Amino acid sequence: MATLADGPDALTGGKEIPAAPEAVVVRFAGDSGDGMQLTGGQFTLSTALAGNDLATFPDFPAEIRAPQGTLFGVSAFQINFGSTDIETAGDQPDVLVAMNPAALKTNVGALKAGGLIIADTGEFNKRNLEKAKYEVNPLEDGSLEKWQLLAFDISALTLEAVKPFGLGNKEALRCKNMWTLGLALWMFDRDRQPLIDWLNAKFKKSPVLAEANIAALNAGHAYGETAELAGPLKQYHIAPVESEPGLYRTVTGAEAVSLGLVAGAQLADLPMFFGGYPITPASAILHNLAKLKEYGVTTFQAEDEIAAIASAIGASYAGQLGVTSSSGPGIALKGEAMGLAIMTELPLVIVNSQRGGPSTGLPTKTEQSDLYQAIYGRNGDAPMPVIAARSPADCFEVAIEACRIAVEYMTPVMLLTDGYIANAAEPWKVPDPESFKPFPAKFLTEKNGPNGELLPFSRNEKGARPWIKPGTPGLMHRIGGIEKNPGTGNIDYSPASHQAMTDARKDKVDGVAKGIPAQDITLGEEGDTLAVVGWGSTYGPIHQAVRRARRRGLKVSHIHVRHVWPLPLNLGELLKGYAKILVPEMNTGQFKTVLRDQYLVDAKPLNKTSGQPFTIAEIEAAITDALGGDIGGEVDADGTQLPSIKSVNP
Amino acid sequence: MNDMTPITKFETTIKDWETDQEVRWCPGCGDYAILKAVQRTLPEIGADPSKTVFVSGIGCSSRFPYYVESYGFHTIHGRAPAFATGIKLANPELDVWLVTGDGDGMSIGGNHTMHILRRNVNTQILLFNNEIYGLTKGQYSPTSREGTNSPTSPLGSVDRPALPCAFALGAGARFIARAYDVSKDLGGVLKAAHAHQGAAFVEIFQNCIVYNKDRFDDFTAKGVADQNQLWVKDGEPMLFGSVKSGGVKGIALDLETLSLKVVDVVDGDWQSAGVIVHNVKNRAIAHMLVEMPFGPFPMALGVIYDDPRPTYEATALAQDEQARAGKDANLAKLLGKGQTWTVSGTAADPV
Repeated sequence: MATLADGPDALTGGKEIPAAPEAVVVRFAGDSGDGMQLTGGQFTLSTALAGNDLATFPDFPAEIRAPQGTLFGVSAFQINFGSTDIETAGDQPDVLVAMNPAALKTNVGALKAGGLIIADTGEFNKRNLEKAKYEVNPLEDGSLEKWQLLAFDISALTLEAVKPFGLGNKEALRCKNMWTLGLALWMFDRDRQPLIDWLNAKFKKSPVLAEANIAALNAGHAYGETAELAGPLKQYHIAPVESEPGLYRTVTGAEAVSLGLVAGAQLADLPMFFGGYPITPASAILHNLAKLKEYGVTTFQAEDEIAAIASAIGASYAGQLGVTSSSGPGIALKGEAMGLAIMTELPLVIVNSQRGGPSTGLPTKTEQSDLYQAIYGRNGDAPMPVIAARSPADCFEVAIEACRIAVEYMTPVMLLTDGYIANAAEPWKVPDPESFKPFPAKFLTEKNGPNGELLPFSRNEKGARPWIKPGTPGLMHRIGGIEKNPGTGNIDYSPASHQAMTDARKDKVDGVAKGIPAQDITLGEEGDTLAVVGWGSTYGPIHQAVRRARRRGLKVSHIHVRHVWPLPLNLGELLKGYAKILVPEMNTGQFKTVLRDQYLVDAKPLNKTSGQPFTIAEIEAAITDALGGDIGGEVDADGTQLPSIKSVNP
Repeated sequence: MNDMTPITKFETTIKDWETDQEVRWCPGCGDYAILKAVQRTLPEIGADPSKTVFVSGIGCSSRFPYYVESYGFHTIHGRAPAFATGIKLANPELDVWLVTGDGDGMSIGGNHTMHILRRNVNTQILLFNNEIYGLTKGQYSPTSREGTNSPTSPLGSVDRPALPCAFALGAGARFIARAYDVSKDLGGVLKAAHAHQGAAFVEIFQNCIVYNKDRFDDFTAKGVADQNQLWVKDGEPMLFGSVKSGGVKGIALDLETLSLKVVDVVDGDWQSAGVIVHNVKNRAIAHMLVEMPFGPFPMALGVIYDDPRPTYEATALAQDEQARAGKDANLAKLLGKGQTWTVSGTAADPV
């Protein structure tokens, strides 16, 4: 198939009317103050409204406002959209919008050969070139010749467009992103009205700003339409994707986690208490939930991470569904309190939006390196279920599942997402809340012992102890972090008691596996040679890479694990059916080690810790390697959107 | 602002508040006396055991919940205030007592002590101050006096001690009281703390007979108590001592230096000696009372400050209620919020 990478001629087939590529990757890059995340977000919305499938990758610096024009202050937003299933934000952009020299320098390397650069010449002045460490203006020295270049003075065009509104120079230039968005909307044949409505709502209090931004948007759009530029600027229409009928919206992982927690608490028939402390990239969940009070949510911004989890455990103790959320450094601080929740057997959901570590690490970049911490990272034998979301939309179901396990088994549960899926958006078919099976919490109201005594640490068939709300007449009892007697829960450090309670806690968490679905093969079949086993946000690139490999005739399966602890009961047998196992992870091989430990299988790692998600190409190359260099046949004109392997793995 | 505390008096006796658990403090520990005082006070205030929760951190004092026949949560070191805050937000009807020590509340948990006080969560916070780490075998604590010899300070500690009541007042506490383990007036202080709506901070000097024996004898021992204890009472002059023990004295304000001073009171004429009448709502005097250096001054005891403000949970939950008022909490609607689009047939259909 033709892509923009093959150049405009390939797309148009030499004719005037451009042919429609099936998928396009666009990256907006600019200074952190240029509003690139907002531009990307609005472009995403218009893409979703146009019916394309899409995946996005916001990539921004940890600094709030890094010095203007610097290389480390570049903020980028990548979107992959098309008329076919899109599962990653795309390996390489087809189009790069570079708002300044630093944005060009840090992003142009990723652009496909033959891809299109749109650059604002107004920002390519001496000062900005110096800041980006360019000695010569790259727009003029021919160094960009392997790409197509469209350079014009967006800054001046924007100033011209907003002149009637009498804004100051600085404010006027802020409309640049809307001008650029207008051009992008024209390029992909998009309706401007939703954006205009959005601007009117956003600047409700200062209509002049709304009007100026709308004027800039319209001017950018008109520029595309009327400039009739020869060369690279063409209009493309990407057909809508074939999708299941229903109501759709876009959702980020942080939004889907928040909604899933609300749904989970309702299915448990409990009010939710959320204790949080600001940390990137987890804060968005606290922000979202703080606005959802009417759904029985109480949010509490605690004084620190420890108080956040402690207050959530206190609320669970008092009979609500306690939830806390953080990222690696905060999760580390919560470790002791997690042990208390395990010891006192209280329900609790802990959301970890993983980021690069150790220590402060990469606050705004993604990684999957907290898996050991999630499964093993506490003092003592402290078993805790761990589940992982594979995509932004998947966070919804996974959050419900975390609530279910917490309530049914009276245990803390850790839900792993990461910086990538927390921030990234994808279309989501809005689910019907009625389609989820309720799991209402039950509280003990009468003494439960055979002789009329109270046994707070007796166990049901799942190994869970009864939940007893303070305030219940006649059921006064004491719990705490000291080892206790099985049954009464009174302090008891005797050897027999500690042995029995350690076993009971382990058996209970192991038993969670009995209540989860058997592990399926996401793509492929038993009897394939290679299993590519993933967990969490690597789903998209693994899935696409396996799909491509299978099209080339390779015997490869994709297995994606949601319940990473305890593991599905059939996983060991399933894996033993494959001659080779490859585990791609954004860490140094943590899940690989867990699989080896649990099943004595020869799982091989594929590791990446650059703070960036895997590309499809990287995983494809590893599949080929694992199969002894076999690349299989060519993938080509079989009606799929998949480009040739040579173009991906040159 | 309506604060929710048990209004109906519940009938109990001291026996109803004793658990079947063997008390494991060292024989002679001051904790026994405090436990008894609490168990005596609970029936007097009409507390309902099923609505009463004792929350504690870690340390000798934090074993307290196991010995009170109510709900109890023995949590982790220093964090009891955060657990208590979650409990009160989840169910403000519960009557929460927080038991902590000088290590738990002033050292590892100093941060949480500060925040529960400034937020004003309606709890009674009992800080047992024995000026030593007992459960870990005698290391000096944040309240130990300078020069304290201990396994970790064999040459004497050089840290300046923290003043729990001054800390609490500085953190914004609206109720500050002081007492000691075997004092007959401890019960009265506990009752006042319970009556206060909001975070009530009570420092209780407690004798650790193993690692810091008789540390507070300089003002609690028979014979010196009368001259060295100033029990303040709202509306009454700040008098201490007696003719028998060496003279009646009072606390007056030195207007030159804006500080307190000890004055002699002759023939009961405290007015002409300038003795201050205690006003529990006077925050400035409260600051001076909790910082009075012992030695030149007596130890200020009793309810030093009591000026309620709306509680955290009442304010926060009222705000939540307001946010909920008139809103339709329809989950299906929430999920489908924002910009949506409908796919009705095949991909060829316009959307």
